[in-house]
Amino acid sequence: MNVQSTIRIVVIGNGMVGYKFCEKLIARNKNQDQFSITVFGEEPRAAYDRVHLSAFFAGKSADDLTMAPTEWYAENGIRLFLSDPVVDIDREEKMVRSHHGHIVSYDYLIMATGSGAFVPSIPGVEKDGVFVYRTIEDLELIQSYAKKAKRGAVLGGGLLGLEAAKALLDLGLEEAHVVEFAQRLMPRQIDEAGSRMLQSQLEALGLQIHLNKSTQEITGGECIKGMQFADSSVLDVDMLVISAGIRPRDELAKIAGLETHPRGGIIVDNSLKTSDPNIFAIGECALAHHMIYGLIAPGYEMAEVVVTGLCGGSREFLPFDMSTKLKLIGTDVASFGDAFIEEPACRTIRYENKAKGIYKRINVSADGKQLLGGILVGDAEQYNMLLQTCKGKTILPPDPEDLILGSRGGEEAGAGVMSFPDDALICSCEAVTKGMICHEVGANGHTTMDGIKKCCKAGTGCGGCVPMVKDLIQGVLKEKGVYIRNVVCEHFDHSRQELLDLVKINGLRTYNAVLNEFGKGDGCEVCKPLVASILASLWNENILQKDRAPIQDSNDRYLANIQKGGTYSVVPRIPGGEITPEKLIVIGQVAQRYGLYTKITGGQRIDMFGAHLGDLPSIWEELIDAGFESGHAYGKSLRTVKSCVGSTWCRFGVQDSVSFAIEVEDRYKGLRSPHKLKSAVSGCVRECAEAQSKDFGIIATEKGWNLYVCGNGGSKPQHAQLIATDVDKETCIRLIDRFLMFYIKTADPLTRTATWLNKMEGGINYLKAVVVDDVLGIGAELEREIQMLIDVYQCEWKEVVESPELRKRFSHFVNVPIKDPSIQFEPMRSQKRVKEWS
Amino acid sequence: MTETESKVIWHMACHVEDIPEDGGGCAFIEGKQIAIFNFARRGEWFATDNECPHRQQMAVARGMIGSQEDEPKVACPFHKKTFSLRSGQCLNDESYKISTFPVMVKENRVYIGL
Ligand code: SRM
Ligand SMILES: Cc1cc2nc3c(=O)[nH]c(=O)nc-3n(C[C@H](O)[C@H](O)[C@H](O)COP(=O)(O)OP(=O)(O)OC[C@H]3O[C@@H](n4cnc5c(N)ncnc54)[C@H](O)[C@@H]3O)c2cc1C
Ligand code: SF4
Ligand code: FES
Repeated sequence: MNVQSTIRIVVIGNGMVGYKFCEKLIARNKNQDQFSITVFGEEPRAAYDRVHLSAFFAGKSADDLTMAPTEWYAENGIRLFLSDPVVDIDREEKMVRSHHGHIVSYDYLIMATGSGAFVPSIPGVEKDGVFVYRTIEDLELIQSYAKKAKRGAVLGGGLLGLEAAKALLDLGLEEAHVVEFAQRLMPRQIDEAGSRMLQSQLEALGLQIHLNKSTQEITGGECIKGMQFADSSVLDVDMLVISAGIRPRDELAKIAGLETHPRGGIIVDNSLKTSDPNIFAIGECALAHHMIYGLIAPGYEMAEVVVTGLCGGSREFLPFDMSTKLKLIGTDVASFGDAFIEEPACRTIRYENKAKGIYKRINVSADGKQLLGGILVGDAEQYNMLLQTCKGKTILPPDPEDLILGSRGGEEAGAGVMSFPDDALICSCEAVTKGMICHEVGANGHTTMDGIKKCCKAGTGCGGCVPMVKDLIQGVLKEKGVYIRNVVCEHFDHSRQELLDLVKINGLRTYNAVLNEFGKGDGCEVCKPLVASILASLWNENILQKDRAPIQDSNDRYLANIQKGGTYSVVPRIPGGEITPEKLIVIGQVAQRYGLYTKITGGQRIDMFGAHLGDLPSIWEELIDAGFESGHAYGKSLRTVKSCVGSTWCRFGVQDSVSFAIEVEDRYKGLRSPHKLKSAVSGCVRECAEAQSKDFGIIATEKGWNLYVCGNGGSKPQHAQLIATDVDKETCIRLIDRFLMFYIKTADPLTRTATWLNKMEGGINYLKAVVVDDVLGIGAELEREIQMLIDVYQCEWKEVVESPELRKRFSHFVNVPIKDPSIQFEPMRSQKRVKEWS
Repeated sequence: MTETESKVIWHMACHVEDIPEDGGGCAFIEGKQIAIFNFARRGEWFATDNECPHRQQMAVARGMIGSQEDEPKVACPFHKKTFSLRSGQCLNDESYKISTFPVMVKENRVYIGL
């Protein structure tokens, strides 16, 4: 017998775990001929990231989700049969037969058939409009059915069910219900108090929760109309997603006579061997240590165990940690370790804040030394840290409550992730330890997240460990005494702040001059817009002149926001939101003439969408003729200063907020900064202009104006903070001048004022000391610098409209005077919209 | 080089000054949209598909060009997928690729080989 003969491996199932098995085997089969691999997959496409399946609704395509393109299999010599399930295993002859009739012999057979959704046998489940949530095809069906549905429900209030329910809301259903059999949500992961907090959070998101409901029948004719419960209540719905648990796909194993569990699952030992020594089962179809592991990390570990065994090593599959974090947008939920253990077996610390919707619980060993487990609802930022502390059996700090509350001295709790032992598992999906990551950073010089992903795969699975890996990178560098600066990119070894100073001192005004003087290489999409922003912040010259047009970010390049399909939007400035009827008419006429979709924005002005690139100059020409100016909706610059109607009309107003808003908007229009700037002026404490959510906000008082800074709307809302009380207009403007210029000069790129403040040492007190008390003695200089920028302001659209040279660049083709023929519109509510991208 | 030259047909696309230095422009050639880049810093010209394979947007010509180590590249303005201007390979997502075309500049005219 040939000793070096090739070992034939057949893998049944091309899901996440089946794929990971191939990837791991290929990585160790470098000489290519030790193994020959054949994979059968039942689904029509190659393995994709099921964990992030819901991202499909958020616009990710099937391609974005693939684990590896089909070429990968070919390049690595793997024969891949898709849409071709295995239907029979002949264990005597060691052969499998597929649906399409392929017969392939094996030396070792790997069952990675995963699981399917468990569908309880409720009368009516076969009706149209009832779905499961497992594959891309399921999601496609749900997506198209949801278009004509108004009310949807999910059966099952577990991890997956809640994810599905949120998806229904995001699909635009008017009502989304969650129906749960138990008395509370996620009963297996979190405790009573956590469930209740989660429930109120989800209700705030718009989900309707029904507990204690046993569904008896799904009613309706051909299509679902409603659900009938045991307590004789009913719920009218026109679609239903069943998420009542998973059922291991062991039907093929049963046919082949392998030992399976009466409640499902192919029984395996610690080496993942089934009752046939030549057949292994891994992933969600395998029953190990008496349980099905319905998570990705243990599945990957199973693949690792089998690959190690096949390559002559030895590794055992040990009972695996089942800690989880729910990935619902808008709510954090996590549980880890022993979440339910009660006193006196442990000491339990609970923190509950109903107003903020936060519930945290940690269970600490009776001697106070170790973390045993816990639950986080509403704020799971410390999840990874706690999980590692728990798994790594790290000795706790003297006040373990600091772990969830932060030590209230303002300093960070404990020494963070750097205090973990070297063998603490950081990435559980890829089994990467702290020691391995520190080694890659320290010894092998991989100091970026991308670098770490490539060299040891940490962070490529569920992604939950990414923040910790970043902390480790920083930690190791700090330990090595490397002074960490946020350098711009491979072309500039400087931070934004350093570069701004250098450009200023040397009086540079073009990108090439900056690159020649202080950079290397040819630049890229990171440093170009950054330098563009610095140049604009320093000199306020037209951003498209000299060599500056091709270095602008997409929107700045054509002074308009690019949209789906490649058309642009047009937003003229409407200071303070005040506009005359004459100007309104002009906007209407222009929109009509150029066929634009119009909408009132959230910033108190009007956006016209769907403009062809080539039409932009003539559209603006007409607007400018009527007295409009650029609204800089495309730039990292001042957007809007919103106003409420104030004392001119409102019976409560104490000052003229509209006039002040217009004055402020006119003063700072065109000012370019590290990120966009927004402001608002309210006429009294009722705050109708929402000034406290702005980068700088002004609220009228009986005696003058209160100034707030560093607020933010957007994805992480933050209230602005008060830095001056009852000041007059002039003082208010002077303080804003200083504040803005200080921000422009010191903030990192693309950092809003709120984030800038959060990172500032000394926080709001320091900022106030600099801006109001002028402790650095730079107040006058800041005022002078900003005045210079204000003095040279010109409407940049006006300059473009008047310059034939600049106008020429606004055309889709350089060689023919036609518009992009690929742009397509479709009608919507008596206007039009651009065709959806695929 | 001579081999490719014998196969391609050269199409006059535009004049040199139609494409901004260190920037791009799009030409309509034989019903196809071609992105042309004047990489003045390197003294090189490149041409690629104008359509980005990520979301089928006709906008590669409007992207910023630059380099990654020494590889010349362009970033699609929509979601910043970057493509090698030499091979067309997407540099931050292996699964995408665009076509590249030879460029010839003669007497102030830019020709693309299809
Ligand atoms: C048009 C508008 C929505 C609307 O129809 O109302 C809008 C549209 C866009 N917003 Fe906005 N935002 C609009 C008001 C807002 C507001 C409300 C406000 O200003 O009072 C906010 C929250 C307030 C805030 O910024 O603090 C807002 C927070 C964002 C954010 C999140 C910023 C953050 O710090 O988290 C982004 C993303 C970004 O800038 O990175 C964003 C980005 C965008 C972009 C530019 C996305 C893009 O890059 O394509 C959208 C451009 C659409 C287009 O093609 O023109 N938009 N956006 C609003 C224009 C206001 C205007 O007149 O200029
Ligand atoms: C919406 C959703 C969200 C999730 N979120 C998380 C999360 O946040 N964290 C987490 O850890 N886990 C999560 N999971 C679970 C995770 O996706 C699974 O643990 C993982 O996919 C299991 O991988 P697998 O390869 O064992 O099974 P699967 O990915 O199901 O792959 C099995 C494959 O085998 C195929 N197959 C079955 N029978 C045959 C046959 N006879 N012949 C050929 N092919 C066959 C199936 O069609 C399937 O393609 C989530 C799952 C879903 C559905
Ligand atoms: S919230 Fe703003 S960025 Fe998001 S879709 Fe609406 S307009 Fe666009
Ligand atoms: S369309 Fe080009 S990156 Fe998305």
